[in-house]
Amino acid sequence: MRVLAAMSGGVDSAVAAARAVDAGHDVTGVHLALARNPQTYRTGARGCCTLEDSRDARRAADVLGIPFYVWDMADRFHADVVDDFVAEYAAGRTPNPCLRCNEKIKFAAVLDRAVALGFDAVVTGHHARLGADGLLRRSVDAAKDQSYVLAVLTRAQLDRSIFPLGDSTKAQVREEAARRGLAVADKPDSHDICFIADGNTRGFLADRLGEAPGDVVDALTGATVGSHSGAYQYTVGQRRGLHLDRPAPDGRPRYVLSITPKTNTVTVGPAEALEVSSVRATRPVWTGGERPAGPIECEVQLRAHGDVVPAAVSLDADGLRAELRRPLRGVAAGQAIVAYRPDPAGDVVLGSATISA
Amino acid sequence: MLDEALEAYVATAREVGNASSLHACGRRARRRVEESRERVAAALGARPSEVIFTGGGTESDNLAVKGVFWARRAAGTDRDRVISSAVEHHAVLDAVDWLVDHEGAQVSWLPVDTAGRLDPARLRAELAASGDRVALVTAMWANNEVGTVQPVTELAAVAAEHGVPFHTDAIQAVGQVPVDFAASGVSALTVTGHKLGGPAGVGALLLGRDVAATPLLHGGGQERDVRSGTLDTAGIVAFAVAVEAAVKGQQEYAARVSALRDDLVRRVREAVPEVIFNGDPADRLPGNAHFSFPGCEGDALLLLLDAQGIACSTGSACSAGVAQPSHVLIAMGADDDRARSSLRFTLGHTSTSAEVDALIAALPAAVDRARRAAALRTPR
Repeated sequence: MRVLAAMSGGVDSAVAAARAVDAGHDVTGVHLALARNPQTYRTGARGCCTLEDSRDARRAADVLGIPFYVWDMADRFHADVVDDFVAEYAAGRTPNPCLRCNEKIKFAAVLDRAVALGFDAVVTGHHARLGADGLLRRSVDAAKDQSYVLAVLTRAQLDRSIFPLGDSTKAQVREEAARRGLAVADKPDSHDICFIADGNTRGFLADRLGEAPGDVVDALTGATVGSHSGAYQYTVGQRRGLHLDRPAPDGRPRYVLSITPKTNTVTVGPAEALEVSSVRATRPVWTGGERPAGPIECEVQLRAHGDVVPAAVSLDADGLRAELRRPLRGVAAGQAIVAYRPDPAGDVVLGSATISA
Repeated sequence: MLDEALEAYVATAREVGNASSLHACGRRARRRVEESRERVAAALGARPSEVIFTGGGTESDNLAVKGVFWARRAAGTDRDRVISSAVEHHAVLDAVDWLVDHEGAQVSWLPVDTAGRLDPARLRAELAASGDRVALVTAMWANNEVGTVQPVTELAAVAAEHGVPFHTDAIQAVGQVPVDFAASGVSALTVTGHKLGGPAGVGALLLGRDVAATPLLHGGGQERDVRSGTLDTAGIVAFAVAVEAAVKGQQEYAARVSALRDDLVRRVREAVPEVIFNGDPADRLPGNAHFSFPGCEGDALLLLLDAQGIACSTGSACSAGVAQPSHVLIAMGADDDRARSSLRFTLGHTSTSAEVDALIAALPAAVDRARRAAALRTPR
């Protein structure tokens, strides 16, 4: 096959491209330039959009002996991921930009362009398994599993995707990179949000949304217990940084229970008030088998690296509904609910949807 | 590198000796350097004392632009203007911009017509308006992207009327078109090795004896006190061999390659009738064929043709490798989309008609695919 390897400049995508070459594919490497004003050097381990990363990707492609190009996706990324990220926070939701990037950029804009140019598939270094049965499964490395952020992909997108790393642990991938002479073998993992280089999400949002002072209200008493400079700076389940004027009457810590953009109110309450047993979600994507007519028993995960709980999931006209068998705390609108079917060969992704309530 | 340049390089590199030393080895090295200086001078119509060896074209351009600016301003503080062209290589463009940003220079960018050609009358008007305040004029001999050859002799004559030094970046021109330093009337001329079969990292600035330049690099003053640094004897010898060979073979080369180029252009136009042939149709570098492919992205075409073993270029690339719309095409009146749809095919010594056949065979399908890919883009 003629395949396009998306190469971030990190160790995972370099080894994924190498394995695609070994598998006999005709591989072309592409680095996605996503930042409008890329920083020259990485600071710490954050981000993946610097010129240094671009050079690392090119160097890896040179070692593999494959053609390498840089595709400028900055405008698309800005519109579909960064602007969406800001708008979601402004609407009181908590988006997952990696998931959005997979949905809109890597497996949409990039994949479409690749197909138009005659490529059969896109290869990425995501840690997830996608075998001959076409089912998306968790990686063997539970700590590095990225099936959650891939669960948004449709059947058509998965059919044109190759994830060569799903059967390997991160440690094995690093070892293999070193063996292959790839200089990125010991490059630190990227984490946090790649377009917020300093890791300060609050500051990033404040720069874009401005100050919007409002009240922090206690859910039990209805009393105003503090103020904030922008409701968008809070996430459901958050405890730190509330700066309440007075302690709660019961003396127990308060958590963010909900954000109401309309009144610019942040509602706080005790930990147990965070517990959620029923979740509604919109925009379902169902790829792991037959689309269920009635409720099915499965496991659900409600945020990246979050807890997994048994649930009854059903699809209806409005989207998806999940009745959790054990309540979860910190369920935020805007995050994805991903349904898995437990399987000894790797838990299978059944589908996903965006949590609305 | 040319075989004879490579052989000269290796033979010289085996000898020890610093051309600045006074002992026998040093004298031998000095002799090689001076013989090379004479060969370069003779090939390019300059005097040996006008040849300043440098670390390549970018250094020569920077030395000419900044060095002449500084020297002229030192001689008369109100000479703070630079006249340049909108289609210069970044080695000149960015050096001029640096003077504007850091030295308070004023700049006038001369426009070009749709063929990328400068108009001497325009330069005359600029100089008439502010000639006594102009430190220097710099305009390239031939454009590296679209291949247009400029009326350098006329431009230099206009500058001379006003007593203003005229520098030309002739990197693309030497070996491609006739270049004679003295006959052209320019005050300074940039030439570099790797564009004419010599080593990379060696070049020269031909600098008229009466033209002052303040050094960029300070130190031993090895080159006329304008350029310091231990001379790369082997590189200089190989460079001189390459310059001599390129100039000697220029006429025969230009006749053969331009015929092949004309054939390529005709057949590309037949294969893709909507194509736009960029640059001056007559006054152009023999090996240059530059096109815009409407509805395509040059990037996509490059990828597709590269996969078929055909090497071409989209023009300028920034350090991250993201293609920016070419400033040359924009200056010629192209919009962003047309600039991004452009591709350059360069023919040279080793090019054959079989390679042109291969391009014509691959091009229509590549254009089709590139169009489909471009159609996916959301409108800007």
